[in-house]
Amino acid sequence: MMKRPFYERIKPLLYLLPFIISVAVFTLYPIVNVIRMSFLEGYKYLTGTYTGVGFDNYRKVFADPYFRQALGNTFKYVLIVVPISTAIAVVLANLLNQKIKFQAFFQTAYFLPMVTSSLAVGLAWRFMFNDKVGILNYLLSLFGVDPVNWLGQSAGNFRAVVVFGIWSILPNTIILLLSGLQNIDPMYYTAAKVDGAKTLRIFFRITVPLLAPTIMLVIIINSINTFKMYHELFPLFSGPGVAYNLFTVVYYIYYEFRVLTPPKYGLAAAAAVMLLITVFAFTMLQRAVQAWARKERGEDGKQVKRHRDANK
Amino acid sequence: MASKSRDTETQINKEPISIGRIIMYIVLLLGAVVMIFPFYWMITGAFKTWTEVNLMPPTLFPENPFNIENFVYAFKTAPFAKYFLNSVLALLGCIVTCSFTTILAAFAFSRLRFPGREFIFSLLLSLMMVPYEMIIITNYRTIVTWKLHNTIWALILPFMSSIFYTYILKGFFDSVPDSLYQAAKVDGCSDWKYLWRVMVPMAKSSLATIILLNSIATWNSFLWPMIATNSKDVRTLPFGLYAFMTEGGQRNERMMAAATIVVLPMIIVFLFARKYIISGMSRGGIKG
Repeated sequence: MMKRPFYERIKPLLYLLPFIISVAVFTLYPIVNVIRMSFLEGYKYLTGTYTGVGFDNYRKVFADPYFRQALGNTFKYVLIVVPISTAIAVVLANLLNQKIKFQAFFQTAYFLPMVTSSLAVGLAWRFMFNDKVGILNYLLSLFGVDPVNWLGQSAGNFRAVVVFGIWSILPNTIILLLSGLQNIDPMYYTAAKVDGAKTLRIFFRITVPLLAPTIMLVIIINSINTFKMYHELFPLFSGPGVAYNLFTVVYYIYYEFRVLTPPKYGLAAAAAVMLLITVFAFTMLQRAVQAWARKERGEDGKQVKRHRDANK
Repeated sequence: MASKSRDTETQINKEPISIGRIIMYIVLLLGAVVMIFPFYWMITGAFKTWTEVNLMPPTLFPENPFNIENFVYAFKTAPFAKYFLNSVLALLGCIVTCSFTTILAAFAFSRLRFPGREFIFSLLLSLMMVPYEMIIITNYRTIVTWKLHNTIWALILPFMSSIFYTYILKGFFDSVPDSLYQAAKVDGCSDWKYLWRVMVPMAKSSLATIILLNSIATWNSFLWPMIATNSKDVRTLPFGLYAFMTEGGQRNERMMAAATIVVLPMIIVFLFARKYIISGMSRGGIKG
């Protein structure tokens, strides 16, 4: 009699055990450990010894020219890629949301990059970026533009990673915007059509304002994602650009703990904590916008309901 | 009400072909070409010869579309067959273990009662924002400490659970009416039996989404395998491709053949399961 309630009580724990153990070892502990490491001075991973506790690692990171360069590159990259990709995605998502023919074809074309290895596709881009025989420079030459040294020169490197970055982030951006568009009540469009509004007018006067919360959300999510850019550097340049001039914040972390011998775990950890703080700030902003969007939609819902009641 | 609004929608779109619609299709087609072109260039490039690849202006089609020389070269100089096998093993390992922990945890969070349930779950959700790049530092050390860095386990262990997938599945489990659970309990059905006999079969489409997202993420994962393994024997396809590029010269047509080997399985999966994948992705399911 006593045994059964006890089993009932620990049963949830048994169900959760595999999950909790895995999360504890490979998510929770790493977070705590990185924060701890970032404050230890002269830390040796193998022996676990350290000489002191303090902000030494953070000072060193900020004094590191590679990290300063990484900050500059990362912000520049975010500020260029996010607005351009969002603007393109708003137009394309809006078109995809119309009743269109060949839906399957367009969906495949626009969303295929989401399922394919970014490394493999990056290699295809590297081939297209080729200075001498790449198709991009050939296409540019058709328009009378001088060939860009995408891969061999530091200024070209940045342009190449921006082009590849915008292309890579488009599918995800379009999908997020599409779900926002599907939340817009079709009544608004019906009303506009009845009033004889032109397509462009509808786009700027109805779609964009009603989509504003989603667009804000997409900008924040994309800022977080582009802030973590470093994948793209591997297929294009096998490293941080030809002249070691394309360090990004995450590449810096990777560089400190995996490329350098011996690794500087303290610096990597300090940079990682700063990354966490940045992402945390953006996520809080995202939560606030989401709450705002829900409120907006709630009010919309009420409005629509009033419309419908009036129809009755 | 819903059907009514759909009626009005179709009415709007039954307009005759206008200049606006033509422009719309041109823009859409242009976008589609830009998105799909790298794949086209990769796959056609894989069938081109060295001379063709270096032609200026570039040619749109390979001269001999049955030229498999580059694939033969890739398989001969690098163990791509072995890489492929490793990728499949890692994929199966991740799917089986992660689905198992996810099903159990989602059920516990959705149906079983225990103190602090909501609090723990929201705590877990907030962990989702922690950048993976931060976690990777310690996980690398953990794998090295456990002396697993040259085994396939290095590619499976850190991904044995997923808060995001648990969140998706819990969402579905929550939508199953509680009366079903109560009825099963009255009939003397144990929780374990109820979960596997009733809930799991009902959650087929949610599970399919989770497994597909997991497969895509695992198959394409490149940085973790590169960080956590250094022996050739446990390389997966993307890391093998990267090694092929850095170690074995930079001949574009050969690299395109190797890249095609990596990309093709996922293209096929996507063509068959497009709807599941897109609906899963629209929940923000992107893993680095």
